[in-house]
Amino acid sequence: MSILTGVLNLGLAHFLVLGAILFSIGVVGIFLNRKNIIVLLMAIELMLLAVNTNFIAFSHYLGDYAGQVFVFFVLTVAAAESAIGLAILVLLFRNLNTINVEDLDELKG
Amino acid sequence: MDKTVFITLFYVFFVIVIFAALRVITARNPVHAALYLVLAFFSAASIWMMLRAEFLAIALVLVYVGAVMVLFLFVVMMLDINLDKLREGFWAHLPFAALVGVLIVLEMALVLVRTFLSSEGNAPAIPAGTSNTLELGRRIFTHYVFAFEVAAVILLLAIVAAVALTLRRRKDRRGQVPARQVAVRRADRVRIVVMPSEKKE
Repeated sequence: MSILTGVLNLGLAHFLVLGAILFSIGVVGIFLNRKNIIVLLMAIELMLLAVNTNFIAFSHYLGDYAGQVFVFFVLTVAAAESAIGLAILVLLFRNLNTINVEDLDELKG
Repeated sequence: MDKTVFITLFYVFFVIVIFAALRVITARNPVHAALYLVLAFFSAASIWMMLRAEFLAIALVLVYVGAVMVLFLFVVMMLDINLDKLREGFWAHLPFAALVGVLIVLEMALVLVRTFLSSEGNAPAIPAGTSNTLELGRRIFTHYVFAFEVAAVILLLAIVAAVALTLRRRKDRRGQVPARQVAVRRADRVRIVVMPSEKKE
């Protein structure tokens, strides 16, 4: 019964758990798609979405707008990141004709 | 809003977000993955809207669904990828990855639920007539104005970097070079040949 009331009384924890699930899906996505850079970038976007959801949930339940301002800046930086990441991806494909992470060993590190 | 409707909506969006996120990382075709990511962003924007973050919800739809995901789709369609090679050994790591993922969720959920479940329902009431955009703008343009300008510089940097990285000069391109056209002299173009006229036999 207490579990049911916990599930039905919507609170901060529910949104935080949603963020946790989204974040771990992003981590699993990086595990699974370690060869495909495009899906890797999408998994990173998912993790950022989880973080932003956490920020907004806290901002709402604490009544503080600072969290939303921070999400605004995270969105900016994430957009810049994906633009540059995709540009590098296009460059990579143009020069090597592949986006397989395992073929990107030019530096022999 | 009626509380039952609110809870139902939350769980509907919750399920859609999780389903879409799972399809993003398992979809075979990157185009499908990008479209499922759009669905995830849209549902997440709805959840943000439920948390009264209206400006950011709209910004997420405009910036992410409208710009970033279209960029993703462009790039996915531009590349000619051999999917079979990229999918090699995809499921081999699934048990391990799923174990790690479930463990992360369980640990975080335990901590979060124990810490924050008590604080349920005590979100401070938002006064009637408060505009989320107005409040956010007021803070961004006063207290966070320096960070705002740094963000603008970062965006400029992203534009310049993306253009500089992908710009290329094609060798087979036909075009005019005005500087060389202007600098040309008579001697470069015209050659006067003096030929003796032939005599009639």
